[in-house]
Amino acid sequence: MDTSTPPKTRIVTDQEAEDISRVEELAYELKINEVMTATPITLAPELRMREVLEIFRKKRISGAPVITGDGNLVGILSMEDLIRCLIDTDLDASISKYMTTKLITVANTDPIIEALKKFVGTNFGRLLVVDKNQKLAGIITKGDINRGILKALEHDYQTEEIKKYRASHLFEDIESDRTSLILRYKIKQGDFNRGGQASSNIKRALIRLGASKQIARRCGIAIYEAEMNLIIHTTEGGVLRVEIESNQITIDAYDYGPGIKDVQLALKPGYSTASEAIREMGFGAGMGLANISRCVDQMKIESVLGKGTRLKMRLFLENDHPNNALTIDSEE
Amino acid sequence: MNINELINIVEGTPLTKSFDGSEEILGGCGADLMSDVLASIEPGAVLLTGLCNPQVIRTALMADVAAVVLVRGKNPPESTIKLAEEESIPLITSPFGMFELCGRLHLAGLPSLEKQVGDQQDCDCS
Repeated sequence: MDTSTPPKTRIVTDQEAEDISRVEELAYELKINEVMTATPITLAPELRMREVLEIFRKKRISGAPVITGDGNLVGILSMEDLIRCLIDTDLDASISKYMTTKLITVANTDPIIEALKKFVGTNFGRLLVVDKNQKLAGIITKGDINRGILKALEHDYQTEEIKKYRASHLFEDIESDRTSLILRYKIKQGDFNRGGQASSNIKRALIRLGASKQIARRCGIAIYEAEMNLIIHTTEGGVLRVEIESNQITIDAYDYGPGIKDVQLALKPGYSTASEAIREMGFGAGMGLANISRCVDQMKIESVLGKGTRLKMRLFLENDHPNNALTIDSEE
Repeated sequence: MNINELINIVEGTPLTKSFDGSEEILGGCGADLMSDVLASIEPGAVLLTGLCNPQVIRTALMADVAAVVLVRGKNPPESTIKLAEEESIPLITSPFGMFELCGRLHLAGLPSLEKQVGDQQDCDCS
């Protein structure tokens, strides 16, 4: 029987990599005074070791800084020092005989990465934290750092959840007879490089507001085609106006020229007036309006040659509406 | 098939870094006309295309495309790569042509995600 274990190769997933980097960020963002114990138990140098034993036992601690009556930090006493004293059966000695006077300190305003470096470098269990006057400000252990990071991660998570919650409950939280959110985007004629930016922003907003993936996709495709039409076919660009309500989304794409000569012809799949340059960019095949009508529940196009065009589209958010494209019943 | 397996099959070079290679691809679609893509592609597909401008990435975003493969070793403009990176859309360039790529992916078991659309009969573009 083969008892050898295969060599373990640790594969870091993307999710883990993401978490690691946030923890690493926190190591630089969090300050030592945000995670340290600010009022640690301190010892006076003239205390007997016997009393220290009692303090450690009662307070369930394994080390403490030693401070003189006038507040000067003179040493640190750890469990190891106490064990040395017990081996010597010297419990009547004063702290100053056994304490460690070589002090490893960190500044209270430093990021916790400084403390982590010192933990790695010294193998100590706790570090003394001092203020800018070298007075004791607290102590920090690896446990303090873990707790601090966990708390910060939890806070990040809650903030994100609250943001999402607020956005998706917008319509329930506000009382009115009819609540709507209106997004407006100015679209510049000929601005191919930014073509689709408004559509991307609208799609993102819909997802954030709690729309289903299908609705966001249908809306995104319809608005993208309308946005490209404004970029390709208008004389001076136009406006995209999206009105979001809890039961429907109404999209208006309007411009000030040149207007469409024959609307029925323009609606015909394959009919296009686009130039060869536009076609080379993957558009202008006369599919835009047909695509739009497939994605929306209602659609209406009005155009006056020489004046401009208005394309109105509507999507219902409940499923009980049949797709009756090309009509928008009531004007409000 | 996931993105990493796709890159192997098309012998491609990823042009962006901000994507998860273990993401599953549900099928494929090949087209150079973005309106055709918007009309027919189903969510979760890899898009094979010869078009390199940023509109390819915009189209991918709108239509929930899982990855974009540029055919015949095309190198897209910087603006396309930048947008793909920002939006975490995997952008891959492959040395092979459209037909070869469709064949390779189909052979590897990737189904077509180009749905039929009904209103093409009277399309008078030749």
